[in-house]
Amino acid sequence: MAAGTPTEYIRHHLQNLTYGQKTDGSWGFASSAQEAADMGFWAIHVDSMFWSITLGMLFLFLFRKVAKAANSDVPTGFQNFIEMIFEFIEDTVKSSFHGRSALIAPLSLTIFVWVFLMNLMDLVPVDWIPYVSSIAGIEYMKVVPTTDPNVTIGMGFTIFFLIIFYSIKIKGFGGFTKELTLHPFNHPAMIPVNFMLETINLVAKPVSLGLRLFGNMYAGEMIFILIALLFSAGWVMGALGGVLQLGWAIFHILVITLQAYIFMVLTVVYLSQACEDH
Amino acid sequence: MNINLTLIGQTIAFAVFVWFCMKFVWPPLMAALEERRKKIADGLDAANRAQRDLELAQDKAMQQIREGKEEAAKLIEQANKRASQIIDDAKETAQAEGDRIKAGAQAEIEQDVNRAKEALRSQVATLAVAGAAQILERSVDENAHKELLDKLASEL
Repeated sequence: MAAGTPTEYIRHHLQNLTYGQKTDGSWGFASSAQEAADMGFWAIHVDSMFWSITLGMLFLFLFRKVAKAANSDVPTGFQNFIEMIFEFIEDTVKSSFHGRSALIAPLSLTIFVWVFLMNLMDLVPVDWIPYVSSIAGIEYMKVVPTTDPNVTIGMGFTIFFLIIFYSIKIKGFGGFTKELTLHPFNHPAMIPVNFMLETINLVAKPVSLGLRLFGNMYAGEMIFILIALLFSAGWVMGALGGVLQLGWAIFHILVITLQAYIFMVLTVVYLSQACEDH
Repeated sequence: MNINLTLIGQTIAFAVFVWFCMKFVWPPLMAALEERRKKIADGLDAANRAQRDLELAQDKAMQQIREGKEEAAKLIEQANKRASQIIDDAKETAQAEGDRIKAGAQAEIEQDVNRAKEALRSQVATLAVAGAAQILERSVDENAHKELLDKLASEL
């Protein structure tokens, strides 16, 4: 845990553990925010990747375990819980996506549960894991992957590729091109304008998906960090911080679920649009 | 907050997770749920069918009970009729028998009476003759007064 001024504390908490090539040519973890920024694009946030993949594996492990044991008898305990999530996703997808696709439903399930788990890390008190990892010698540790724009926009990219894939698959390459160039103004002279509008429209979808999730989670994380600052400001402020922490955490349960749900529903809607013929 | 390789890493990780979910998680869960749905539907069907069967059976039982009751009532009525008939018959037979016995007895009595009369008559004739003989102190010729005596006897 970095001691020092509140500014340093906040900065420290917002810094990812970055691995990349340093300016002197050697490879290693960045030891400061400046060094991390200097690494440029060819660096990786090891903490974000670690937590997101760990949580993704956790999701797949839990669901796979239930799926393997699933049978048509009376479900009990954990299987019940998993099936509840499963049916919730299935209903949601069925009501918004009218085509037939073997991908959409599992995709939605993955998004919902995975994003939810990643958001859930937000409820772990902000200093716990960074403190443990600092003892282990890792200086920076940002445990909520969805507060890293790389993660959220990266997921948006996957959705973007899927949108393009489905557009071409359903409408054909020609149909997709036509949609990009002859819409909304159906006139040859308007092709450049149409193309610009439609491209913005197309790119805005994944970017807005990613930025929305990132923005919400980042803001939430920031407030947790600010509340955590109160703990070092004496007993009275510490007690106030405890109350605030509890209140914000309870409210945040709603936010993290809602954000996971929104990400999922919008994905389904975008893919549904991609599959629709005009 | 730098945009870097994490972006691509996450894109790939996401795609792999979705693929895994699509391949190994969704289908078995879906199959299990579908199977259960079918099972429940079958169960409900069976329950409905059983309910209907039960109603039918109840109807049938009620009908049989009703029929049984009717049958029993008919039998009782018949038995009653038969009993009264038997009684009537018996009465009639008894009456006839009684009449016959009475008639027989009467005839026998009459016969006895006649026989007694006959005997009396013959004895009266003898007595009369004896009486007369005593009164007249002379013998009455039976043969000479036979006609007279017979007439007397028949008048008795």
